[in-house]
Amino acid sequence: MSDTAAQPRSDGDESDDSSAATDEPTDPDEGQTAGAVSTGAESVVAALEAAGAKTAFGVQGGAIMPVYDALYDSSIRHVTMAHEQGAAHAADAYGVVAGEPGLCMATSGPGATNLVTGIADADMDSDAMLALTGQVPTEFVGNDAFQETDTVGVTRPITKHNYFAGGADTVGDTVGEAFELSRAGRPGPTLVDLPKDVTQDETDRTPGPAAPPAGTDPDPNADADAVEKAARAIESAERPVCLFGGGVIKADASDEARTFARSYDIPVTTTMPGIGSFPEDDDLCLSWAGMHGTGYANLAITHTDCLIAVGTRFDDRLTGGIDTFAPEAEVIHVDIDPAEISKNVHADYPLIGDAGRVLDQLTAAVREAPDTEAWRDRCAEWRETYPLTYATPDDEPLKPQFVVEAFDEATDDDTVVTTGVGQHQMWASQFWTYTEPRTWVSSHGLGTMGYGVPAAVGARVAADTMGEEDRDVVCFDGDGSFLMTMQELSVAVREELDVTIAVLNNEYIGMVRQWQDAFYEGRHMASDYTWMPEFDKLAEAFGALGLRVDDYDEVAPAVEEALDYEGPAVVDFHVDPEENVLPMVPSGGANGKFAAAEDQL
Amino acid sequence: MSGDASGDGGDSRVTPDADSRPLPGEQPGPDERDHPEGRRNLEGIRIDPVVEAEHESRRAVISALVEDEPGVLARVSGLVSRRQFNIESLTVGPTTVDGHSRITMVVEETDPGIDQIEKQMAKLKPVISVGEVAGNAVTSELVLLKVEADDPAAVHAVSEMYDGRTVDAGPETITVELTGDKASIDNAIGAFDRFGIVEIARTGPTALARGDTPTAPGEKPGTAGEPTTHDD
Repeated sequence: MSDTAAQPRSDGDESDDSSAATDEPTDPDEGQTAGAVSTGAESVVAALEAAGAKTAFGVQGGAIMPVYDALYDSSIRHVTMAHEQGAAHAADAYGVVAGEPGLCMATSGPGATNLVTGIADADMDSDAMLALTGQVPTEFVGNDAFQETDTVGVTRPITKHNYFAGGADTVGDTVGEAFELSRAGRPGPTLVDLPKDVTQDETDRTPGPAAPPAGTDPDPNADADAVEKAARAIESAERPVCLFGGGVIKADASDEARTFARSYDIPVTTTMPGIGSFPEDDDLCLSWAGMHGTGYANLAITHTDCLIAVGTRFDDRLTGGIDTFAPEAEVIHVDIDPAEISKNVHADYPLIGDAGRVLDQLTAAVREAPDTEAWRDRCAEWRETYPLTYATPDDEPLKPQFVVEAFDEATDDDTVVTTGVGQHQMWASQFWTYTEPRTWVSSHGLGTMGYGVPAAVGARVAADTMGEEDRDVVCFDGDGSFLMTMQELSVAVREELDVTIAVLNNEYIGMVRQWQDAFYEGRHMASDYTWMPEFDKLAEAFGALGLRVDDYDEVAPAVEEALDYEGPAVVDFHVDPEENVLPMVPSGGANGKFAAAEDQL
Repeated sequence: MSGDASGDGGDSRVTPDADSRPLPGEQPGPDERDHPEGRRNLEGIRIDPVVEAEHESRRAVISALVEDEPGVLARVSGLVSRRQFNIESLTVGPTTVDGHSRITMVVEETDPGIDQIEKQMAKLKPVISVGEVAGNAVTSELVLLKVEADDPAAVHAVSEMYDGRTVDAGPETITVELTGDKASIDNAIGAFDRFGIVEIARTGPTALARGDTPTAPGEKPGTAGEPTTHDD
């Protein structure tokens, strides 16, 4: 074993990236091949270009300088961010919108550690992303050199795999492999740590065609016998429900998902990352389930006898208490990652494969549609009984839900919505009607406050790169989330990015305030800001359009002005600080026992 | 939801519409709804609420063939600690193939827990093949045991009884080497205890499957033809 810290890292064949090395000369006719190179850094950039990377988000610094220098003449557009966390979130959101791995870059030490939150976010949400980090020269590694961090060690548990580049000859192949690995099978972030000597050293080795490592690109088809058994279970179900997760969107399987559910009249719920996989204005759609999901979705997954779950990992915010989750359902679980099968919820019918392919297999295998008429009527009744509504009394301040609805009405279906994390995120997911995949861009698993603004930058750049300059990008942010990453507004102004940021400002860490009222007898410890900067003026200082809204009649004009403005606009909506997110399943509670109102908690 | 994504942008509301649908406070509470009787256990398996059956944990030997690259042990041990798997021991050593190592882990887990360990291990890039060693695997560990040398003849007698070997003898201490399965090692340590044990070093068990059964899935015993890539 070569695990001892005392053993020096050797370069060349024994290094971490040796598996990517090949002694064969590259056949120029085979796959995408890179142009001539003279240094390790040029090899890195050539590999990225050959793999199809168009955009990078990052921050300069000492140890990564050779790579940046090689980007000088590259076709890859580099967007300089204000902070490395912003670079990681922007790359993540870029990947979600574009359907290609995002790319972020940072220097060693603090640059790399600042990326960590964004890498962990991508890992939790299975987003394809490659992070490139500078590192001190190989001979200084382990000596606690200036700006040295054990980046591979720090990011090991939050990446699909990470690499310590071993030499200039192989570094291009390593970077190409890491890029491809990030999107192979279940997507996720990868990282390559690039010691400065590796990127500075001379090499004439052009990287070969990039491919994921052996064993990481799984069979997309599920076992045929297992599909048949699952089909029989669907045919005999009386109360079937689909649960479409983020995996449906990552697999570009929204069409297959729609075909399957509509072919057999099976009601549909989604997870939060699955928002957009099925149109929320479809009669079959019950919207999303979970802690703040709709009452009707939560009742449907509680009472179903056959749960067809696709591309979901049964997160606790979705399931509530496991003991009461879909307690009478046979579970059909479709996932590309075998480790998700029966991890949290036992799968009676595991189907391991690509979401789109397996849904096609299921659509073909079901011979007779289950009789769901009575069940659909029951779901429709629940929808009537537990609609998402909110009161708007004259003597209370502007309601945040109204702002979300106003933006939804004023924009097209292809509008990309990004958010931070907290109450505003829940309202943005509840009161906007999503109909298309890759339009809902949020931080789900990690719950990263501050995701919204850099994600809007990444989403805007992605849409522009795809030639979709007319699409709107709207960021709903909380005042707390906005304060965490608002420096990325400087990037939006500098790069002339047309984004609209709606701050739902209640001068609280609102979700914490809501929990304090419900579970901590109203003690607002460290959740009440009591003072906030004037975000409209701050926006103007950045060079963006800044607006402030306090009343209902100011909403529509401000929405229109902000959307029409060519460039970044910030609207500071001063909303009711007492407003709560409802319905709510208390942590660990039964989904079917959601509280529709505060006094039911 | 009252928003309709019509997208025409022409009729944005100026003030809230009157909404005839029930407001949150007017909607039935949890006690006014039907709830299913069924339940799941902690492992997410549907159970009869009357006779709740939890899985018992058991001892399992897991063998993994891995690429011997920097950090592979850290990846495996990090995975074990991060996912709170109950692990008794972990040993590593070379195999018949250059550049490969075998990791042998003894774990104490429920069947779903063992399944998770195997699946999560299999996701690590350097792991070529992993599985529970089938049947009654041959397991053995090595122990070095240093005892006080007050009665060398008695130490020697106990050592013989447990097929031990004296590897160092001095005026103060005697060091004995023992190999065997966990139970016989534990018995031997119990017997040596009366001499006064100064120090112990144990490797933890390593294991091979019996007969023609491959130790890790896909391995070809006796041929040195274990898979060299994930795809073989």
